[in-house]
Amino acid sequence: MPQNKIADALRQALLEEMESNQDLICIGEDIGVLGGPYGVTRGLMDKFGEDRVLDAPISENAIVGAAVGAAMSGLRVMAEIQFNDFLTCAMDQICNQAAKIPFMMGGQVSVPIVIRAPIGATGRAAQHSQSLEAWFMHTPGLKVVMPSTPYDAKGLLKTALRDDNPVMFFEHKLLYGGTSSGGKALSAVDGLGDDFTPAPDEDYEVPFGKAAIRREGKDVTIVGTSMMVHRAMTAARQLAEEGIDVEVIDLRTLVPMDDDAIIQSVAKTGRLVIASEDVSMCGVGAEIAAMIAEKAVYYLDAPIKRVSVPNTPVPFAPVCESQVIPNEERIIEAVKAIV
Amino acid sequence: MKSKGTQIELYRMLQLLRKAEEKLYYLFSTREMPGTMHQYIGQEAVAAGVCAALRDTDYITSTHRGHGHLIAKGADLNGFMAEMFAKATGSCKGMGGSMHIADASVGILGANGIVGGGIPIAVGAALTCKKRGEKNIAVSFFGDGATNEGAFHESLNMASVWNLPALFVCENNVYGFSTHYRRVTNIENIADRAAAYGMEGIVADGMDVLDIYKKTNEAVKKIREGGGPVLIECKTYRYMGHARFEKPVYRTRDEVEEWKKRDCINRLKAHMLKGKKYTEEDLAKIDEQVMAEIEAAVTFAENSPDPEPDSYKDYIFKGGIQ
Repeated sequence: MPQNKIADALRQALLEEMESNQDLICIGEDIGVLGGPYGVTRGLMDKFGEDRVLDAPISENAIVGAAVGAAMSGLRVMAEIQFNDFLTCAMDQICNQAAKIPFMMGGQVSVPIVIRAPIGATGRAAQHSQSLEAWFMHTPGLKVVMPSTPYDAKGLLKTALRDDNPVMFFEHKLLYGGTSSGGKALSAVDGLGDDFTPAPDEDYEVPFGKAAIRREGKDVTIVGTSMMVHRAMTAARQLAEEGIDVEVIDLRTLVPMDDDAIIQSVAKTGRLVIASEDVSMCGVGAEIAAMIAEKAVYYLDAPIKRVSVPNTPVPFAPVCESQVIPNEERIIEAVKAIV
Repeated sequence: MKSKGTQIELYRMLQLLRKAEEKLYYLFSTREMPGTMHQYIGQEAVAAGVCAALRDTDYITSTHRGHGHLIAKGADLNGFMAEMFAKATGSCKGMGGSMHIADASVGILGANGIVGGGIPIAVGAALTCKKRGEKNIAVSFFGDGATNEGAFHESLNMASVWNLPALFVCENNVYGFSTHYRRVTNIENIADRAAAYGMEGIVADGMDVLDIYKKTNEAVKKIREGGGPVLIECKTYRYMGHARFEKPVYRTRDEVEEWKKRDCINRLKAHMLKGKKYTEEDLAKIDEQVMAEIEAAVTFAENSPDPEPDSYKDYIFKGGIQ
């Protein structure tokens, strides 16, 4: 049965990979008995046992470190960190160990781990609302993945679980397709329609480093990640009614990044808006803007616009949160400013 | 294969670790070797005693002061020395250096430049050992300073609650860089911390290789049989400075000399000669063999090529970026 929700698509990928690879184990907080706060690992402990699906202590550094050590000695590990904000507690093991050990050992070992973590603002204030993907783009040795559809979630997770490098896998809370156990992260997927491609039953991979063109257009390019792809699509539909033809690119992976897809699109449109949910300073948009400035500045007919979180922690008050998190209106505003 | 736990083999290992460090000190002082280093002299009994109880298929994680652990676990000496010289023939192809030497072929998952960084990694290797069911174990070496890192607490709790085949070896050499451990740790025996994890804690004389070997061997047997992890604290002392050159303002010469009276090599030597089984000549012969082995490794390293300047690119991502 095709999976219409990202949480279910991810679970199907895990289920299939764990069935076909006995060396794959899962470690995380509340992933066993509970099945994960968003249900991604529901049923896996019953099926594969407590030796392969481990409910961990609240010890993010040791969760990632144990994943690194298990991977160096021959296993593959999916490590779930409950909120991407908690990755801060595991930064040594992610950035100093996982990312660098294969390098410092001159390639003697590999660290095939996938660290999954939810991102995005959902009314939980500044320690549960961040999107920290840019930090990990800044650490050589890590791959960074951000699916926006169930189809990609399954295919990208399969690719990640088969990759021999550490992969940071960021999932937007509003895209899982259900409410969290706390009830805070209401689903945003019902309104996404056909953009939210279901995951089919078959075994398939979505390759890293290949962006998807979600909508073709000739006037302006919007590059988006994760939830922002869908907001860009909504913006594009509204702009079409005003005669502005928008091309929407879903990056799917930030490391490796499909520079060529962005450059080709900008060569066609001459205009670029980057929509991401991280903080603008040294963020995803900054990197893409710099890349275009270096490689394709002469294609531009207007300044590049970034739509991202201003340099602020995400505020709690809903009226303030919606002020800082990029939405359709801000994307439309950015497009209109350069068309 | 010779038993690693016999007195003669322990003596050989102690001397190999001591003489290798002395040679490294000379090579650094004459600036023939790049980088920095943290020397192991004084603490040899710990690496030699613990590793004598291990198999090639057991795993270890080590520290910034890792030379002793690596050699005692069986790292190829040529590859070790060439890595110190940052040569292409180094065990890490010149990408790691003193603080990151590793030899995966004998279960060495790396020295580590981050205090406490290797402890969770040993927990993961122990997970693999448990899953494979081949009765291998994972050992983490770390200093007194690392036991005040969160990684220590998280790792020992996790290993205990999952009943993993892990041995945690705290090498209490009294100082974390310049700071006496009692100024930053309000208990005398770090082994006491094991109780907090529902784990057995053992204190060993870190200047006595026979005591360490005996206690480790017992612990390792228990761990292999599924008895759960153990914390062993070896009370030892580093004779040299924290890193290459330093002003020893934090300790007195007398203190260093007091510890040297309990030197692990002198003690084992005296014990062996008293036992009448070995003569001075027997031991001198081993000293010679050890020196020859070290010199050969240095020659190998010196005659090895540098890595190609852009060779580092091969190791950033396994199989390339895509």
